[in-house]
Formats: sequence, structure tokens, C-alpha cells
Amino acid sequence: MDLTMIQIILVVIVAFLAGVEGILDEFHFHQPIIACTLIGLVTGEVVPCLILGGTLQLIALGWANIGAAVAPDAALASVASAIILVLGGQGEEGVTSAIAIAVPLAVAGLLLTIIVRTLATGIVHLMDAAAKEGNFRKIDMWHIIAIIMQGLRIAIPAALIVAIGAAPVRDLLTAMPAWLTDGLAVGGGMVVAVGYAMVINMMATREVWPFFAIGFVLATIPSITLLGLGGIGVALALIYLALTKQGGSGGGGNGNTGDPLGRIIDDY
Amino acid sequence: MAEQLKLTKKDRVSIWWRSTFIQGSWNYERMQNGGWAFSMIPAIKRLYKTKEDRAAALQRHLEFFNTHPYVASPIIGVTLALEEERANGAPVDDKAIQGVKVGMMGPLAGIGDPTFWFTVKPILGALAASLALTGNILGPILYFVLWNLIRMGFTWYTQELGYKAGSKITEDLSGGLLQDITKGASILGMFILGALVNRWVSVAFAPTVSEVQLDEGAYIDWDELPGGTEGMRTALEQQAAGRSLSDTSVTTLQDNLDSLIPGLAGLLITLLCMWLLRKKVSPIVMILGLFAIGIVFHVIGLM
Repeated sequence: MDLTMIQIILVVIVAFLAGVEGILDEFHFHQPIIACTLIGLVTGEVVPCLILGGTLQLIALGWANIGAAVAPDAALASVASAIILVLGGQGEEGVTSAIAIAVPLAVAGLLLTIIVRTLATGIVHLMDAAAKEGNFRKIDMWHIIAIIMQGLRIAIPAALIVAIGAAPVRDLLTAMPAWLTDGLAVGGGMVVAVGYAMVINMMATREVWPFFAIGFVLATIPSITLLGLGGIGVALALIYLALTKQGGSGGGGNGNTGDPLGRIIDDY
Repeated sequence: MAEQLKLTKKDRVSIWWRSTFIQGSWNYERMQNGGWAFSMIPAIKRLYKTKEDRAAALQRHLEFFNTHPYVASPIIGVTLALEEERANGAPVDDKAIQGVKVGMMGPLAGIGDPTFWFTVKPILGALAASLALTGNILGPILYFVLWNLIRMGFTWYTQELGYKAGSKITEDLSGGLLQDITKGASILGMFILGALVNRWVSVAFAPTVSEVQLDEGAYIDWDELPGGTEGMRTALEQQAAGRSLSDTSVTTLQDNLDSLIPGLAGLLITLLCMWLLRKKVSPIVMILGLFAIGIVFHVIGLM
């Protein structure tokens, strides 16, 4: 599929927003489910991009920037793979191979963001100089320039992929043999486990493991939707908190009555 | 007594909006410092009038700072209160301000990371993704609206809370409410994760374990059916009565595993990933590895 000039401009704008959000992590334009859908909306390929976004979102559930550590880059992965999906023109059938492309793209995006974050070190030194003069305008300007750099980090690769054009991208995708794409689909079913494992490792304590087990077992009942499971989960959390409070205050009460008794025994 | 310098609500809204961009100039030297100074500018403009005071304020807010971007808001609130006192002549020195910032950023990041990145985001993300996979545009819309409502509500409310509580906020954090929220969130999170691992990690083993020849009458005997639509009806009736479509019953390895509990293989893979992560194996290596395993197992016919 070939894009019109307006579509290309819109794609690059979406890519820019995703790049900015890749560092800010506020509005979440860089999350696959948003970024892929936006690419789908501006190119008219909504449904395949929506499915791609949903699948990538599941893979990326646990990707997060913590402290100075940089996560695999969801922005480049989702924007570039969505563009490739659209240019490939295979519709929903192209989703599996687009997912396989997304993972190396996430690594490439990670390298790019490390480069930009290093360049930003130079920018804060310019801010230091502006601060010495008490110059608000210059600080604002340098900060905005840094944000624009992060946007270009995704916008430029996106524009390059569009420039290469539909034909080479389609050739690349159709050149993939069936055993490779089917195998990638099998692997794609499993890679979401990595994201979950990252999240579980963060949250798991001895206290909350039983809730994991309950959730796992209840999910085997196909008629309970995810929203329904959410309802059960909220209820369980509220019950648990209420019970621990009761136990806590009960324990405190016992402590109070127990303490004088202990003192009497000690005195005796 | 001189007129009290006070931040207006407009200033605070402006600071709140600017703090959205706190990570904009994130760098390896002082991390969020540029964004922090960028956020503080409306306050510095309001509180300090001479060039020297303004330059000093900008410089002290370009010191190292890094936390979860959303929980920076309560710290901004407290810092605003401190700066206001300082501008009105209270003995608040640079060290006190930097101390409050550094003292709060660690513990608060400890709350922000698990709450936002590992509870709210996976739950909203999974919910939205499950809608999107069926081609429903509500998925991304729901994610975008809910995420930003929660985020903007949180950052504005906690910035105001920090501003009003001033230096007392650290006591508030040890109070019960935040702990309850963190614990409740992790309970809900683990529960949902259990469900997600079951539903979304898909592993299907292909090999056939057994092939059993069925007795006559347990399957639909296609040769014996009457012709035309009559035959079709009989076949459907027989299938509804529980007859098998072919004369052999095939049990795959997957069927055997599913009779223990559906999703067991997915659970094992997740546990394996957790173990590898604790052994400091990079997630990217694991993702690429799982793709490689998928291809190899598919080619040899195991999956």
C-alpha cells in the first residue's frame, strides 16, 4: 500500500509524539496499543494495526524505565512495525511477522534513546550556563530542544521506512518462509511470559502469592471475562485489607489486655 | 511587616502542567534535573525578583534529581512550600531543600514504580489489549482516557497535598492510607497476573500421545447416512448426541496437560522466566530465545 503525502505527514507526527512520550512516559502515546492504533487511523488500516497494538501491548506489559535503567523501547517497536504492517499490505495476516520485526526494533530504539540521553547531558550544561544568568527563556528553550530530540529519535526512522517504500518492505515479508512465520507465531505466544515475569518479580511477596493462584485457577473458567475477573480481584483486595485491619486492631486489643496481665504475673 | 509572597493557584496549575515534561531532558549526569528546574520556573518568577536571587534559585534546582515521574508531584508540592517560606524570610537553606528532595525521591519511587508501572499499567494494558485483539477500537480509547485521568488526578492532588502539608508530608507517607493502597494494588495485580498468565501465555504441544479406535456407534458412520439434506441433519443430530466425527479418538500431549489444569505450560514458562530474570538474564535475550525455541520446536513438530 502506498501512502498519500498527507498520510505520510500524519504518520511522522504520530511517530514524533511516540518518541516524545518514550521519554516522558506521561500521556502514553508510545504504548503499542495507542501508537499502533494511531498509525492505523491515519493510514486507514485500523483493524490490523489495532490487533498488532493489542498483541504488542501484551508483550510490553512489563517494560518500564526504572531509575536509570532503560527498558526496551516500545515507541520505535510499535511505530515502525505498524508502518511496516501497513506498507506490506497483507492486512491481518501480516500481524505475526510485524510482531517478529518489533522485537529487534525495540532493541534498536533502546540504543537510540541511550544516545539521545547522552546528548542531553550536554544540554543540561547549557542550562547551567543559562541559570547563572537567571535566564528563564533559555532554560525553557533548551528543555524543549531536548524533548524535540527525543521526538526526532522516532520520527526520522519512521520517515526512512516510509521513504524506502512499500515494495521492498513487502518483498521482505513475502520472502519469509512459512516455517519461519508459523514458528514466530508459536514463539509470540510464549514471549508475553517474559513481561509477566518482570511484573511478578516486582510485586511478588509471600503475602500476595495466594492471590496469583486464585486468579490463575479462576481464569480457567472461560465464561468469566477479564472485566469480571477484575471485579473479583478488587473484592478480594478489599476483603483482605478489611480483615487484616480487624486482625490488627484485635491484636492490639489483646496486646493491651495481655500487657497488664503480663505485668501482674511479672510482679507476682 | 512586608507583604507575604504567595503562589497563586494559577502558578501551581502552570507548575503542574510543566511537570508533565519533567523527564524531557533526562540525561545520564543529573537525570531529571532539567525538567525539575523547568517545572519550578513559574514559582521562581513569582517568589524572587532580583536577578541574583533568580539565578541562585535556578542553580539550586538544577541539582541531581530522579524519581518516578508521577510521584515527583508531591515532592514539587513540598518544595514549593519550602521555597515560599524561604522567599518570605524563613531560614530555609539550599541544603534543606535538596535534603527534602533527595529524602523523598527514593521512598516515593518505591511506591510509584510498583503502583503505576506494575499494577495500573499491566491491568489497563491487558484489559485494553483484550478488546483490541477482537478489533474493538474501545480498547485504546479506554486505555488512553483512564490512564490519563488517573495520572493527572494523581499528580494534581498530590502536588496540592505536598504544598499544603509542606514539610510535614514525610509523616503523612508513613500513615496507613498509602500503605493500604500499595498493598491493595499488589493484591489486585497478582490476582490479575495469575489470570493473564493462564489466558494469554499460549503454548500448544502438537505430538499425539494416543490414537484409539472407537467402537461402532460412538462415531458418525458417514457411509450409512441418507443422502442430501436429510443426511446432513442426521449427522448434526448424531454429533449433538455426542458421537465423534471420525472413527479414532486422538489425544495430544496438550490434552493430557490440559486435564491437569489448562494453562499449566504457560505457568511453567512464566516461572522459568522469573527465575532467569533473577539470574540477571536480559529480557531481550529471553524474548529472542523464546522466538528461537518457537521456530525450532515448530520445525521438529513439537509445537
